[in-house]
Amino acid sequence: MLKEFLNLVFSTAFLTASITYSTPFILAAMGGIVSERSGVLNLGLEGMMLTGALFAFVGSYFTGSPVIGVLFAVGASMVLGVAHAIACVEFGANQVISAVAINIFAVGLTSALFKSFFQNETGQLFSPGFEKIQIPILKDIPVLGNAVFSQNIFTYIAIILVPLTYIVFYKTKIGLKIRASGEYPKAANTMGVKVQKVRILSVIYSSAIAGIAGAALSIAGINTFIENISAGRGFIAFACIIFGKFNPIGTAIAALMFGLADGLQIRIQSTGLPIPYQLPLMLPYLLAFVMLFLSGKNFSPQSWGVPYFANEEE
Amino acid sequence: MSDVLVLEKITKKFAKVTANKDISMNLQKGEVLALLGENGAGKTTLMNCVCGLYKPTSGKIYVNGTEVEIHGCENATKLGIGMIHQHFMLVPELSVAENVILGINRPKDFFLKIGEVESEVQKLSELYNFGIDPKALVKNLPIGMQQRVEIIKTLYRKADIIILDEATAVLTPSEARELYGIVKKLTKEGKSIVIITHKLEEVMEMADRIVVLRDGKYIGSTLKKDTNVKELATMMVGREVLFNFKERTNSIGDIRLQVEGLTLYNEFAVKKLDNISFNLHAGEIFGVAGVDGNGQIELSEALTGMMDYQEGKIIINGKEKRKFSTMESYSNNVSHIPQDRQATGLIMERSIAKNLVLADYRKLPFSKNGLMQETAVKEHGQKMINEYRIKAAGEEIAVKELSGGNKQKVILAREIDRKPDILIAVQPTRGLDIGATEFVRQKLLDERNRGVGVLLISTELEEILQIADRIAVLFKGSFMGILDKKCTDIGEIGMLMAGVKNAHYEGELQ
Amino acid sequence: MIKANIMGLFGKDYSRKLMLSILGILLGLFFGGVIIFLQGVNPLYAYYYLINGAVGSSQAIISSILKTIPLGIVGLAVIFAYKAGIFNIGGEGQFYLGSIGATIVGTIPLPISQVAHVILCLLAAIIFGGFFAAIPGYLKAYRGFNEIITTMLLNYIAILFTSYLLQGPLREPGTYYNRSSSLQPTALLSPIITGTRLHFGLIIFLVLAIIIYFVFKKSTLGFRLENVGMNKRAAFYAGENTKRLMLLAMCVSGAIAGIAGAVEIMGVNGALVENFVVGIGYDGIAVALLASLNPLGAILSAFFFGALRNGANSMQISIGISSAFVYIIQALAVFFVVLIPGVPRFIRKYKGVK
Repeated sequence: MLKEFLNLVFSTAFLTASITYSTPFILAAMGGIVSERSGVLNLGLEGMMLTGALFAFVGSYFTGSPVIGVLFAVGASMVLGVAHAIACVEFGANQVISAVAINIFAVGLTSALFKSFFQNETGQLFSPGFEKIQIPILKDIPVLGNAVFSQNIFTYIAIILVPLTYIVFYKTKIGLKIRASGEYPKAANTMGVKVQKVRILSVIYSSAIAGIAGAALSIAGINTFIENISAGRGFIAFACIIFGKFNPIGTAIAALMFGLADGLQIRIQSTGLPIPYQLPLMLPYLLAFVMLFLSGKNFSPQSWGVPYFANEEE
Repeated sequence: MSDVLVLEKITKKFAKVTANKDISMNLQKGEVLALLGENGAGKTTLMNCVCGLYKPTSGKIYVNGTEVEIHGCENATKLGIGMIHQHFMLVPELSVAENVILGINRPKDFFLKIGEVESEVQKLSELYNFGIDPKALVKNLPIGMQQRVEIIKTLYRKADIIILDEATAVLTPSEARELYGIVKKLTKEGKSIVIITHKLEEVMEMADRIVVLRDGKYIGSTLKKDTNVKELATMMVGREVLFNFKERTNSIGDIRLQVEGLTLYNEFAVKKLDNISFNLHAGEIFGVAGVDGNGQIELSEALTGMMDYQEGKIIINGKEKRKFSTMESYSNNVSHIPQDRQATGLIMERSIAKNLVLADYRKLPFSKNGLMQETAVKEHGQKMINEYRIKAAGEEIAVKELSGGNKQKVILAREIDRKPDILIAVQPTRGLDIGATEFVRQKLLDERNRGVGVLLISTELEEILQIADRIAVLFKGSFMGILDKKCTDIGEIGMLMAGVKNAHYEGELQ
Repeated sequence: MIKANIMGLFGKDYSRKLMLSILGILLGLFFGGVIIFLQGVNPLYAYYYLINGAVGSSQAIISSILKTIPLGIVGLAVIFAYKAGIFNIGGEGQFYLGSIGATIVGTIPLPISQVAHVILCLLAAIIFGGFFAAIPGYLKAYRGFNEIITTMLLNYIAILFTSYLLQGPLREPGTYYNRSSSLQPTALLSPIITGTRLHFGLIIFLVLAIIIYFVFKKSTLGFRLENVGMNKRAAFYAGENTKRLMLLAMCVSGAIAGIAGAVEIMGVNGALVENFVVGIGYDGIAVALLASLNPLGAILSAFFFGALRNGANSMQISIGISSAFVYIIQALAVFFVVLIPGVPRFIRKYKGVK
């Protein structure tokens, strides 16, 4: 029994599944981290993902092209991103509440639109989706070849985004501006950084990537939309950024852990072990608590969540 | 000489206040111009308009004879204007080189190429003998060093007009001397300097010419050689300044507070206080001098229960206290005027009346059976406003509406009205104008005369010399010595503030 | 870290706050109307059905009030924590825990009066909700963990835990559905007006609102909690044990949300079922915000959202606009309420440029 379980857990199939499951987390977190580092709290990732998931499905369903689906997803989630960016940066709105509003909006919008688009349809709907792409040569590496290089396009995007984000943050001027805006916006401003512009663009970028993450939920395999499909994954991605101490590499590792937990819970459910199915479902959330303890002292950019206005009295 | 910078009728209005009104002035090539004025006179705001941080509401700015509109800091940089702000505009989490390159957009440069920047910073550092490591994180540098990073930043940007805002506030006297040297060197290279200051000695030391502001208005301009300290003070304040303090009416009494071997580590396990010992008597002012960041906050907070300490004894009124809370500190009858009045001393959204009972709400008549007694609280507020001459439209006004001096008076009223045995005052006059400063110092002296043990922690050496009876110098968390005011001078304290113990004075310590 | 600027968001003036909320709601309805229009329906027509369904008859009003009660009580929970500077997004989890507590006590036949049984159920809900909120409260106050994340995570855990209980220990024997046994008749909240469904939960809500209003208006405890919320450091400086106060605020907040869960079970459902509320924690935030954090204001804002919900159901039945539409209006109203205070600054900025 135990041996059977261990075999399942330490199989290539499990590793493959875990990487697939961690893809939306990594994507959303790699977008979100840019917003957070620029100083704007983006808890709206959840709603942006959800919206992205619906629009990806709708786009793909009606045009027959999953690529157009992704474009739909990015466009829709960016609308929310623009709203959040302008509210937080230009109007100094409370960033948590603005995000709460965006998340509520996304739940209402996706549910209402889904019903109105497909009110006459019965039964499960499917759209065209992305197939797995095997990367020549690399796919033949034992274990990793199957787990990493026989994945969906989304996984490859996620894998590329991690080092890319890292390089942009630490090796480029734009990255330096983003980091400085989140740490000490006034100082950045005196040195010629247009902090508000940097922040707005960072939030919009994060929403675009969250849209792709949403698409990775709906049209990367299951190819359908279910109400509230994101199920808190945006929040988890947000948590990953905190566990990863706002560093892209650390964040990606945290996201991978959640993918593993997701993979594990599905494995456990399929083993037929005599435990209630809710326990494995709780696993990612419980893991989040463990990680909170492990990550120890909270670290965050100094001006995270604090609005900044140029040309204004202190 | 030619004017490199001319301001014409500059006005800057904020949502509620007019910070500058119709100010015109000029800066000549190669000169050091002192912009002199009290705290709140509008000096920094005016220069912020020049460096692009603010946009003036109206008025014209000319740089090298051409009218310019300064849209932002980037713009100012292009015009060769650089400002070194009182609170350094350095991102602590970034390295020196990253701070220097931040915001500089050379086209086509997507990557930082930090190596190149580092070597350029290194060169500049060597040229001016700064000794800065370009790779160091700014947060790990001492304050004096950070100021040099700021100077390098402006030099790297090829600034010809350099504005220094209260540059010596964070420096020891000897560091200040070095800064004077640097400024002289810069003017020899043809750069023009504006120093913003309220310190008259500094003006006499550094400036060629002086422009005085008061209440946001231009008052006058004079060459240094044509003026003197007294005249400048009168221009700055608008009346003659005489610190006329009442004489001591009491003698020093028993020990109120005894500190033995106090050692404290902060949350990052860095030693902030190192084996501090002293006695505070009833009816004396014990001054603690030292440059900011040498353990002042830690000392005051350890004594008031706000921070836990690791070793040593604190004995208050003869009773030894260990691990005590702020509540116990309150019951010990210790009052505390904290350094940061906005973040610690007051609740900005609360009314004056409520701020006055921030701790005393626990007592009659302010509360009864767990219920606040609004009427008593309001009456008390009204009484304090009259007694402490707090300028406000009423006791229901939120303290955030008050000026700095009046905010401090609210704290003073609350902490003194309690009739404490021990009063710990940290930087009680920082940022206040001369009138408020005088008021605060007089109140501290009154408390001393009443027999309170006053611990005055201040970075203003002048303040300490003026009202303290004994003086300790805090350097890197330990006392360099405890001196009697009568047997010391500014030179000796200055040396101690820089951490230099002169062998000659060794015998008199303790 | 997250420096909440909520406290500074509103002026002192009540009428200004009220105007702000009404303006937010109107803008929400306006942009909601635009979205309805884009779906090819006349928004006025849709809103007619919405209003009619919400307050068109005494039956409709009672249904609206029934929806108001849980929203309002969770709103009060959010307000209580917020006054002490804690963002309780975990109302939903605490709500579930409270309903579990009430279900456990309420399904046991006890030889006591209805009043006593109801009080026992509420106590159980207070304890369950309070302890569940103590987890993020402790982590926030003593360990510095971000309460937004911890409460959010605990919501999911609470929902799954409820689901587990309904499959196992609490499941009514012999049923196909995941539901608990029905509550004992003594554990149910009686109707206020016989013959209607309007139950005593309304009284509980109103009394709670008044109590909380007075706590913050008059008591030293309220003064201290609000001090912590406005400036934690200054409160600490003035002698408060800020950590303990924050933990207390969170526990009380959780207890209030727990009461909401119990009231819903005892007044409406009569038994615990899976997913019997969705997103109530968020709704509570919307209620609290539109009430400008005023407990009495929460009565009005909760009724607005309750009526909206009820009206939306009839709008869906009459003209086929999805009832999920209420979330859109709710979100827009919240969004504009946080946006509007920034408008003067925004105008100043762009006037300055031209």
